[in-house]
Formats: sequence, structure tokens, C-alpha cells
Amino acid sequence: MEVIAFYIFALLAIVTSLLVVGQRNPMHSVMLLIASFGALAGLYVLLDAPFTAVTQIIIYAGAIMVLFLFVVMLLNLPREEPAPPAIAGRARPAGLKIAAVLSLLLAAELVWALSRIGLGWFAQDPAAASVSSVTRIGSRLFAQDGYAFAFEATSILILVAMIGAVVLARKEH
Amino acid sequence: MVPLNYYLILSGILFAIGTSGVFLRRNLITVMLSIEIMLNAVNLTFVAVGRYLGTVDGQIITFFVMTVAAAEAAVGLALVIALFRHRETLSPDAFTALKW
Amino acid sequence: MGWLPPAPVVAHLGLIFVIFNMLVLSAAFMVWLERKVCAYIQDRVGPNRVGFEGVLQPFADVIKLMFKEQLRPKAADTLLFAIAPVISAAAAFAAFAVVPFGTETTLFGLLDEPIPLQITDVNVAVLVIFAITSMGVYGIVLAGWSSNSKYSLLGGLRSSAQMISYELAYGLALAAVIMLAGSLSLREIVMNQAGTWWGFIPKWYLFLQPAGFLIYMIAGVAETNRAPFDFPEAEQELVAGYHTEYSSMSFALFFLAEYVNMVTVSAVATSLYLGGWLGPFLPDWLAWVWFLVKVFLLLFFYVWMRWTLPRYRYDQLMEFGWKWLLPAAVINLLATAALVLWLE
Repeated sequence: MEVIAFYIFALLAIVTSLLVVGQRNPMHSVMLLIASFGALAGLYVLLDAPFTAVTQIIIYAGAIMVLFLFVVMLLNLPREEPAPPAIAGRARPAGLKIAAVLSLLLAAELVWALSRIGLGWFAQDPAAASVSSVTRIGSRLFAQDGYAFAFEATSILILVAMIGAVVLARKEH
Repeated sequence: MVPLNYYLILSGILFAIGTSGVFLRRNLITVMLSIEIMLNAVNLTFVAVGRYLGTVDGQIITFFVMTVAAAEAAVGLALVIALFRHRETLSPDAFTALKW
Repeated sequence: MGWLPPAPVVAHLGLIFVIFNMLVLSAAFMVWLERKVCAYIQDRVGPNRVGFEGVLQPFADVIKLMFKEQLRPKAADTLLFAIAPVISAAAAFAAFAVVPFGTETTLFGLLDEPIPLQITDVNVAVLVIFAITSMGVYGIVLAGWSSNSKYSLLGGLRSSAQMISYELAYGLALAAVIMLAGSLSLREIVMNQAGTWWGFIPKWYLFLQPAGFLIYMIAGVAETNRAPFDFPEAEQELVAGYHTEYSSMSFALFFLAEYVNMVTVSAVATSLYLGGWLGPFLPDWLAWVWFLVKVFLLLFFYVWMRWTLPRYRYDQLMEFGWKWLLPAAVINLLATAALVLWLE
């Protein structure tokens, strides 16, 4: 049962991610990526991380992707345009294609290596699958020896990003 | 029960898809979407390994990655809009003013 | 009877079937109620031809819509144009899956183990509702964009900006209740509201969170795009907003989504602030009647407000959302946190 669910979500994630990269309409890419995030949220549920699954939907699918959608809508780019005339004559650097091939090789190698080592099965630890995982995350996140400092630093990061985005996207007069 | 390897393999595949997207696409928006795919692949690894070790730290790191991704998307998209205003294109090959 | 799946599974599937149809029926009922209340507020009679006092009017409307032609603008994005109403309706229905509406029941002894009157009780229910609500935006944005029409696009943009802005206040209001209850499960939040103070005031979070309730309701009205915040379909400016280009059943889906969303927001408000199915006088197996009564009162409030208040101006709406509602929600959250710490 769980294995079937894993395969369904994994297949969904791979196919939608491939299509995000593979097709040329940015609007469709954004929507497909949302579907991919949904599939990953399903995998998080399988991994006993319902809180992460829900934040994945709220933050990634509900907030970040809306930003992308807005930009695609406002710039009104129906599809990827051909290279602009200024650089049309120039060939795209071959290095990029080689890099892409290398990244696929990396994936193949990872798959090969990981399928060979006997790194195993999940511990059947009842605490790991604990119902109150939100409580556990909270107390770990805000503990003095935990992530309290990182959490506070993140709030400053978000403030900086917010100001930066406003300044950058503002029309110059 | 699904072994940890499967999750790691899936994560590797997704990461490679994202990487090739960054290299192959000529649209800044799609490039940024590919980066999001890579971040998500890494998140999956964190959560899977966190579950394997029986701690919540993996989920907490994922939480931070999401926050940073939100900040990155906001600033990145603001840059995209600013660039589009100047050049009327989103092809990364068009922005060569600093490249001689 | 050996070919049947086990009884709890059957009971559960039956429950899902009943809830789904109840939602559709309640949407139909809401359409009728809205037209009737609107008529009385405007000193008219309203629909009174189809069935008793016009109660069958919504069904007549649906049949009419079914026989209409399905139109699609030539320049529309076929795929997204088709799935936008589906996303809208699906998000509206999905949110109801975690709302509890009654105590546990054995269906008069038919089952060995009692099942709760709720589709599923996940331990992050409040966040699930929040997540699904944030998915509803996509239906509207996609409808606006894929129609390739200026009215649709403007309606879609306005509504998504509005929903994102009010989602923050909505989420902060939810967070305050979560802090008080110490749980993210709606069933546990309702159970925490059992009992009374001094024998006559029910321990509803409404009385601990009056500001939170107000913020939740205002943000909820904005989330469902209802008057006085119904900008996506400000008729005078935008024809019909994001669904200008939709006709026939795909329009009906948007319509259905709007009313189901209202029911969901009211049901969640009932669970969070009004004690869900808890109430005096009724035996346990009839507790859901209280739930229905409370939801109905909130829904009536929605309709009443729509036909009483004029529409805001768009800049006023944004200013209100960001400069008043959000700070108020933050202050409410901080005050609640202080209260919880002090009580501990």
C-alpha cells in the first residue's frame, strides 16, 4: 500500500518536473511545478512529516508559486522567445550542454551507487512517527541549544529580502 | 515500507532534472523554477534522512530552506522584473553588458 | 454479504458521500436563501414559482445552465481554461474533509467501533484548511489569465492580491486559537470548548478571542470574495470579473465553489470559535443539529451583510487589509500569547 503510494507520488514528481523543464509555456511550467510540490507533500506524509507536508503546500505552492504566477502574468510572456537578434548569430556556449549532460550523469551515478549500498530500512521507532510531531518540531526549533538563533536570523533575512524586492522592482522616476 | 534508498534516488533524479533545467533553458523564469526543483530535491533528502535517524532536525532544516527559498524567489523575481524593463527579454544570453 | 468491504469502510465511504451531497445541497439552499433574503431586504417577494416559496429555484437554475452552450474564447489557453473551475470547486470541497460536525457514533449499533462524524481527523487539520484555502487562489488566477480577456485578467489579479493579503490576517487569527487550544486538530479544539463558566456562559473561544473572531470573519469574507469585498466581480467595473468568459457548467462550478467556500468558512468558524457541535438540551447523537444551526446563523450573517453594505473601493480594501487588519491580528496574537504564558 505504502509502496504503491510512493511509486505514484515519485512518478508524478518526476514527470511533472521533467515537463517543467521540458515545455516552453512558462504558465504551464508554474502549474506543473505546483503539481510536483503536491507530489512531494504526499511523500512527506508517507515519511510521517505531516507538518512539513502542509507547510510545503502553504509556503511553496500557496505563496512562492503565486509570486511566480504574478510575474508571468504581469510580464505577459506566453512562451519562451527565440534568441534576440543581438545575439542570435552567436551559438550558445557548448559548455552549457556539456554541463547538462554532466548533471544527468551525476544522477545516473547517484542512482547506481544508492541502489547498490545496503543502506536500509526506516527504523520502526514509534517516537519518530509520533503524533505530536508539531510539538517536537516546535520545542526543538525554539530550544536554546536548538535553532532559536537561526530562526531569529531568518526573520532578518526575510526583512532584508522584502526591502530588497520592493527597491528592485520599483519603477525608477 | 519503502527503504531510504528509494527516497534518495528520487531526490537525485529530481536534482538532476533541476540542474539540467538551469543549464538548458533560455528563460529566467524557467531557470528559477528549476532552482526550486533542486531545492525541493534537497528538502526530500533532509526529511527522509531525518525520518531515518528518528529526529525532527531534517524537517526543521526543510523549514529553513523553504524560508530562504521564499526570500530568494522574492528578490530573484524583482530582479527579473527590473531586467525585463531594461531589455524586454528574459533570455539570460541577452544580459552581457558586463561581459567583454 | 461476504463480498462487501468491512463495515467501517462502508460507513466511511457513506459518510463521504453524504457530506459531499450535503455540501452541494447546502450550496443550492444558499442560492435560494440569498435570493429570498435579498428580496425581502429590498421589499420584494423573490423567487416563488418553482416549488414551495421557490425552494426548487436553484435546481431550475442548474438545469437551465446545463442546457446552455459551453463557450470558449478563441484566444484562450485551452487546458488552463478547462481546469480553472475544477481547481476552484475541488479546493472548496476538499477543505471540508477535516471539519468535524458531530460526536462519535455507532449508527445505532450497526458498527462495533464508533466512527467520528468527520471525514478524517488529521493532527494538523487547521493548517490543512489554511493550505487548501491558499490553493483556491489558483482557480481564480488561472480563470482570469487563461480567458485572455481584460476584464477577466483584472478580476483575477484583483482577487488574487486580495486573497493573499487577507490570508495573512486569517492565518494569524487561526494561530491565536491554536495557541489557546494547544492542538491543531479541529476535533480537539472543539472538545476543549466543552463546559461552561459560572454555569451559563459556554466556554467558547468566541469569548476568549472576540477580536480574533472578528478578524477571522472579516478575512473570511474577503477570502470568499463576498460583499463588501467582492472585487473580483465588481459588476460596474469588471462585468463579471474572472468568470466573465465562462458559461454553462463551468460557470456553475465557480458559482458552486463560492457558496461551498462560504459554508466551509462558516463551519470552520463554528468549530474554532463557537464550540462546534457542542450545545445544551440535545442528546449526543443529535449534536450535529447544533452544528447546523450555528453554521446556518453565520451563513445568514453573510447574506445579510452582502445586501446591507456597499462595496469598498479597491485601494481602501488593500489599505484596510494591510494597515488595520494585519496589525490588529498581530496584536491579538501577542496578547493571546501573553495570556497563555500568564495562565501557565
